[in-house]
Amino acid sequence: MSKIVHHIPEDMLAAYAAGTLPHGFAVVVAAHVSLCPDCRAALEAHHAAGGVLLESAGSVSVSDRLKADLLSRLDEPFTPEPVYERSGVYPGPVVQALKGRAPRWKSLGMGVRQDILSNDAESSVRLLYIPGGQAVPDHSHHGLELTLVLQGSFHDETGRFGVGDLEIADDTLEHTPIADEGEPCICLAATDAPLRFRALVPRLLQPFFRI
Amino acid sequence: MNVSQNKSDLSQQTIWMLAVRDNRDRQAFAALFDHFAPRLKGFIMRSGTSLERAEEIVQDVMLTIWRKAATFDPHRAQVSGWIYQIARNRQIDILRKENRPLPEELKEEPGQEPDASQLLALQQEADKLKQALAKLSDEQREMIEKAYLGELTHQEISTQSGLPLGTIKSRIRLGLDRLRYELKDLQE
Ligand SMILES: [Zn+2]
Repeated sequence: MSKIVHHIPEDMLAAYAAGTLPHGFAVVVAAHVSLCPDCRAALEAHHAAGGVLLESAGSVSVSDRLKADLLSRLDEPFTPEPVYERSGVYPGPVVQALKGRAPRWKSLGMGVRQDILSNDAESSVRLLYIPGGQAVPDHSHHGLELTLVLQGSFHDETGRFGVGDLEIADDTLEHTPIADEGEPCICLAATDAPLRFRALVPRLLQPFFRI
Repeated sequence: MNVSQNKSDLSQQTIWMLAVRDNRDRQAFAALFDHFAPRLKGFIMRSGTSLERAEEIVQDVMLTIWRKAATFDPHRAQVSGWIYQIARNRQIDILRKENRPLPEELKEEPGQEPDASQLLALQQEADKLKQALAKLSDEQREMIEKAYLGELTHQEISTQSGLPLGTIKSRIRLGLDRLRYELKDLQE
């Protein structure tokens, strides 16, 4: 794997540690951290900071029953949370978002495919499959869009993004990402608003892709 | 795991946590409860949770600590930071009624000897971080508490110029070296 050069900004890692990122972004952050030791160490630093605050937090005494109840429950049988392992190019958190299944690609035309993993009021996250040399389908987004490369690479006006690299685009960035020649580029992409594809507009009225 | 020769240098919490992890030591777990449960309750209640609900969450978090003890790695995390992470995860999972996305777990090679110097170095870094946070102005301190308690949105964190996030990152460097070492097989 070539070295990751585009990382998660500090404010986003802190929000992820505190659990306040929209779900779609949290999937992307968890996937990047799975691939990136630098961001994992930074995330653990945020946990350490949270721990310092917890240590110095004001104590509120707990009821006597709580401890007795708890100690009596230690031998209770329980189902461990499922652990999602990496599968091919997909890091554990992506496998979790896929619920363990293989991607179900839906064609967007020109060989480009997508699989929407979740789409709620706050955010959406999907996988994109772009053949080498092809442009990413044109779509408008409000707010932030995160794109994490899982296979291959792409480039746009701001630079080149390889496996593990994260591009962060806000709505002021006009960019046309194009997959590099060679193997197809697979990305995990999240926006903090529901997706709206220009591609859904009749093709005669709109060019399908900006190339 | 044999850390007895260095036990006097390790924090009491780390010693308890390793006893829980390696020997399923109930007395050590009870000691961890006495230390952390009131702090967890205070922490959870600060984010506006009712008294009764807060106790339920404390019990849930403590039970999760017992059950997930095997994933505690003292080379990478202080007990308090590890518990902070579990507490945030549980609070969110309970709220959303689904598991939040978490990074892949790193697996320590079974039977690997603990690196006592690494344990102590991480502890020293955490102490430095603690001192750095203690030096913050009241205003910064309040802001950082709000951020880590989940009271600020990402938008709010990113526009808060007073948040010393860079300081936090720069205090924990050793963990990074260890991670690079542990991950080198995965990266190649
Ligand atoms: Zn990174």
